[in-house]
Amino acid sequence: MADLKLTEVAKSYGSVDVLKHINLDIARGELIVFVGPSGCGKSTLLRMIAGLEKITGGELQIDGRVVNNVPPAQRGIAMVFQSYALYPHMTVRDNMAFALKIAKKSKDEIEAAISKAARILQLEPYLDRLPKALSGGQRQRVAIGRSIVRDPKVYLFDEPLSNLDAALRVATRIEIAQLKEAMPDSTMIYVTHDQVEAMTLASRIVVLAGGGISQVGTPLDLYERPENEFVAQFIGSPAMNLLPGRITGTGRQTAIAMSNGGTALSDYPSTDADMGAEVKVGVRPEDFRAADEGGAHIFAGRVDITEALGEVTLLYFETGESTDTEKGDAAVIAKLGGTHSNLRGHEVRLTAEPGKVHVFRDGKSLLYRDGKLTAPEAIPAE
Amino acid sequence: MAPRAGFVSLKGFYMPVIVQGLLTIVIGVGGCIGYFYLSNLLLDKVIFPAKGENAGRNINRANQIRPWLFLFPAIFALGLYLVYPVVGSFWRSLYGRSPSDWVGFDNYVQLAASNEFQQAFFNNLLWVIVVPAMATFLGLLVAQLTDKLSWGNIAKSLIFMPMAISFVGASLIWKFVYANDADIGLINAIRASLGFGNPIDVMQIPFWNNFFLMVILIWIQTGFAMVILSAALRGIPEETIEAAILDGANPWQLFFRIKVPQIMGTIVVVWTTITILVLKVFDIVYTMTGGNFGTEILPSYMMDFMFRDDGRATAVAFIIMIVVLPVMIWNIVQARKEMR
Amino acid sequence: MDNIAGHKSGLSWVTNISVVVLVVLWLIPTVGLFVSSFRERDQISVSGWWQAPFSVELTYRTRGDGEVRPVDGGYVMEGNIFDTGEVRSSFEGGASTVSAFGDRGVAPAEYPAGTVAEIGDGETLQVNADGTYIYTSVEEPGNRGPRVYFEAETPPQFTLDNYRNVLTADGMDRAFINTLTVTIPATVIPILIAAFAAYALAWMDFPGRGLLIALVVGLLVVPLQLALVPMLNLHQRLGIGQSFLGIWLAHTGFGLPLAVYLLRNYMVGLPRDIIESAKVDGATDFQLFVKIILPLSFPALAAFAIFQFLWTWNDLLVAKVFLPSDDASKVMTVKIADDLLGSRGGDWGILATAAFVSIAVPLVVFFTMQRFLVRGLLAGSVK
Ligand SMILES: Nc1ncnc2c1ncn2[C@@H]1O[C@H](COP(=O)(O)OP(=O)(O)O)[C@@H](O)[C@H]1O
Ligand SMILES: [Mg+2]
Repeated sequence: MADLKLTEVAKSYGSVDVLKHINLDIARGELIVFVGPSGCGKSTLLRMIAGLEKITGGELQIDGRVVNNVPPAQRGIAMVFQSYALYPHMTVRDNMAFALKIAKKSKDEIEAAISKAARILQLEPYLDRLPKALSGGQRQRVAIGRSIVRDPKVYLFDEPLSNLDAALRVATRIEIAQLKEAMPDSTMIYVTHDQVEAMTLASRIVVLAGGGISQVGTPLDLYERPENEFVAQFIGSPAMNLLPGRITGTGRQTAIAMSNGGTALSDYPSTDADMGAEVKVGVRPEDFRAADEGGAHIFAGRVDITEALGEVTLLYFETGESTDTEKGDAAVIAKLGGTHSNLRGHEVRLTAEPGKVHVFRDGKSLLYRDGKLTAPEAIPAE
Repeated sequence: MAPRAGFVSLKGFYMPVIVQGLLTIVIGVGGCIGYFYLSNLLLDKVIFPAKGENAGRNINRANQIRPWLFLFPAIFALGLYLVYPVVGSFWRSLYGRSPSDWVGFDNYVQLAASNEFQQAFFNNLLWVIVVPAMATFLGLLVAQLTDKLSWGNIAKSLIFMPMAISFVGASLIWKFVYANDADIGLINAIRASLGFGNPIDVMQIPFWNNFFLMVILIWIQTGFAMVILSAALRGIPEETIEAAILDGANPWQLFFRIKVPQIMGTIVVVWTTITILVLKVFDIVYTMTGGNFGTEILPSYMMDFMFRDDGRATAVAFIIMIVVLPVMIWNIVQARKEMR
Repeated sequence: MDNIAGHKSGLSWVTNISVVVLVVLWLIPTVGLFVSSFRERDQISVSGWWQAPFSVELTYRTRGDGEVRPVDGGYVMEGNIFDTGEVRSSFEGGASTVSAFGDRGVAPAEYPAGTVAEIGDGETLQVNADGTYIYTSVEEPGNRGPRVYFEAETPPQFTLDNYRNVLTADGMDRAFINTLTVTIPATVIPILIAAFAAYALAWMDFPGRGLLIALVVGLLVVPLQLALVPMLNLHQRLGIGQSFLGIWLAHTGFGLPLAVYLLRNYMVGLPRDIIESAKVDGATDFQLFVKIILPLSFPALAAFAIFQFLWTWNDLLVAKVFLPSDDASKVMTVKIADDLLGSRGGDWGILATAAFVSIAVPLVVFFTMQRFLVRGLLAGSVK
């Protein structure tokens, strides 16, 4: 049974549509992450689930019950805000007890819930402090503790780590992962614009863009089989290279003549109808390798800049044709193992395994037709 | 029925005013809390219970009504004490001394023709021009001067102090400056030490006495302007000032070209606030000269008719309202702009 | 700016001095009132308050009252002029110095101290600087000593008599209590009403909200004068008449626009997350208001409370109109403006003291709560 079901959910402010056609099933125990660029409506969707924002279209079910008109407190959810939203005039203990007191829980119950949460989150020494006497990480843990004590069916997190510094962010991320581990039955929905958080935490990721869902899948699904150019470029860093070309061979594999002279072979299937179509060939920087002497290459160019990161080296190529300086990622980037600082100014030819070459026609991956994988077996299992 | 000294009568029995005051606090506060609590309870539990099949719809309906429960007492009091009087005063001003004696616009016509009214109107115009300008200017000056001073907060606090003093108290204070006696009034003492013979009564110098009265209000209001403008000055982004210093601006240019333009909005707010106040204050004139010697202004002129000729009094009040109207409209427009 | 390299310190001298001058100018009138309230009526009328800490030359009139001794060719009276019955009380604080004396009221300082003055009929009078005097007469002087005028340095004198008078005899005690009685309910009640309304205007969504806010902003500047006649008439028709109840209601109504406006501005600035968090926690609007909004709005509540307190305490207009004009219900401002200024216009000591009594409480409130007042002013004006 789906714990959470969104059917054609939409949100508009007056005449402005922020979200539309949101369809999503979330099973009990999942940790779903909403990612997407800033302003795409992640928070809005989360707040609609929380009941803080009216749903202007479609239907939201929690545990099979339509909750469109149910006030937040009765939806069985708890929310952790980006700003923590701790009540500044209450101690940590009172912050955690607030919801329970309102629900008229007995003193013992409240005390038990608080001490359990405090133990899990190591907050015991701070229970009688005011929020202003806590560090950022501690405040964040109180915010989480405040939701734990309510024992909700669904936890909602809105960018809970974005106010923390880098080191603390990693530590707290791991804590959240452990927390999830400890509560396998609870469902969590987690909003972030940080793809590392998304990849490391999620059981499934929902990529939002342009007012709708761009793709839903496990982190590896998104990395290995992006459904469209947007997801391809959004997941992974540096972003996937997209190079123009034209299909010259179809069938179980697809052959492409690259606009700048090379050729590419992809394991993505194509049909006769695709013959001659303009496409984009996508190769992740880490999937590039140097082409064999005399062998075919997908891309050839002069190395403009090298960035030696130690274990790997990033090569930035002059692309010549790309005048689109607005898009910072227009340059072709390759990530090669080891140090290659000596390559600067040299001509380098690059290619990739057919299994790692993605093909997009009109922005959509050839691997999917109507949102379904066409030939799952074409992609080697990891 | 003259109440016994120290007691007021309420429905036939006596109690000390203090007790009555305490009782009023208890009844007032308790009543307010009781009203809000019970009306919410009624809404949620009885009229639209959040239970049963219509729970969702009921909650929504209750939430549509709730704001009005919260607002009702305020709207009622505001309506009664401020909205109704606008209409009520205008209506009353169309009647003569007795409330049954319809005179149309006669009160206004007679006012317009009366010398005293013209004088009061003219004086009020002077007040409206001079007091806000001087208070704002001095306030800005003090705000700027004290901005970087180590003891600036003490200085500001002392200049702000007259805000706490009643207009009546302030007038009395200034009597010790203006008194017609070289041994009491500072002004005459200074004159005497400069060798002038007879003390003068500054309250009786035609035309200029108005300005001596204005000084009192300026003295009170400068602190207000200073506090607000000082905060505004602090709010100017430090970077713009540093950039101007790097650009070679001298302190004058820094002040007039960089700082003042950035706090112009606040200056206007301070200015209008004081303007409105000027149109309300009758205490100073009432205490210092009683409106004699050509110092009458509209608020004090109105009090001349209060309890004597309600028709005339309300007509003067309504004229004050008309004078205030442009400021009111501007305020509303400004507020609506900010909310967007 | 002090950190900037090459910054001249000359300017900061000018700044310091200008501010000192301004502050002194601003304080002088109040200090004058304060000092005068501790001075005796006589002293006030012969010397300015700025001379209060110094001795003043006062002219005294007395009569020699020492033992008359017969000597060769006449009679002598000796003694100390400061000890004579008519002036003794003025010099209890210690002796003084005589600078001149005389025997006629029209020329009270005719002779410098120490001279032997012929005052006619064969009589001589000598008054020394230390106050000793010698009077000689050829004939038996009779039972009354000679009339003596003299000018003497008088030490500064401060007294609490004015306060005693004002607080007991002049009915200011009653007025003080009346003011307090008007002020406290008139401060407390509007706060509650306004807080609920401000919360609705800040955080609840309903049609007409913008319009209501605009209305409040508009009412902020409605001249009080408009309300006087219609509301007094209404009170009279309702049987409230001129009474404390009436003035409480009036002050509540008049204070509301500022209260609602100030509190709404403040509440709007509270973090949205906190309020939503409380909603997710299951708080009803009423609980949310009482447990979250009210505690968090304390600075704004305090600011308005101070405002309203100062305003009602200092008010003259509303009190004149909505309170009865009998002695028993006069507040301090009315008392001073109508009674003291009218009937005792010449008694500066009493006036100064009454004024000081009336401004003492606001000044204390002002200096202890200034922080909140400033914050409130800013919330109300800068936004
Ligand atoms: N009250 C509102 N009125 C109009 N537009 C809004 C409102 N709240 C949010 N939006 C718009 O909705 C979009 C989604 O916002 P949000 O969900 O906060 O984005 P994010 O994905 O960064 O969390 C944004 O483009 C924002 O401008
Ligand atoms: Mg967001």
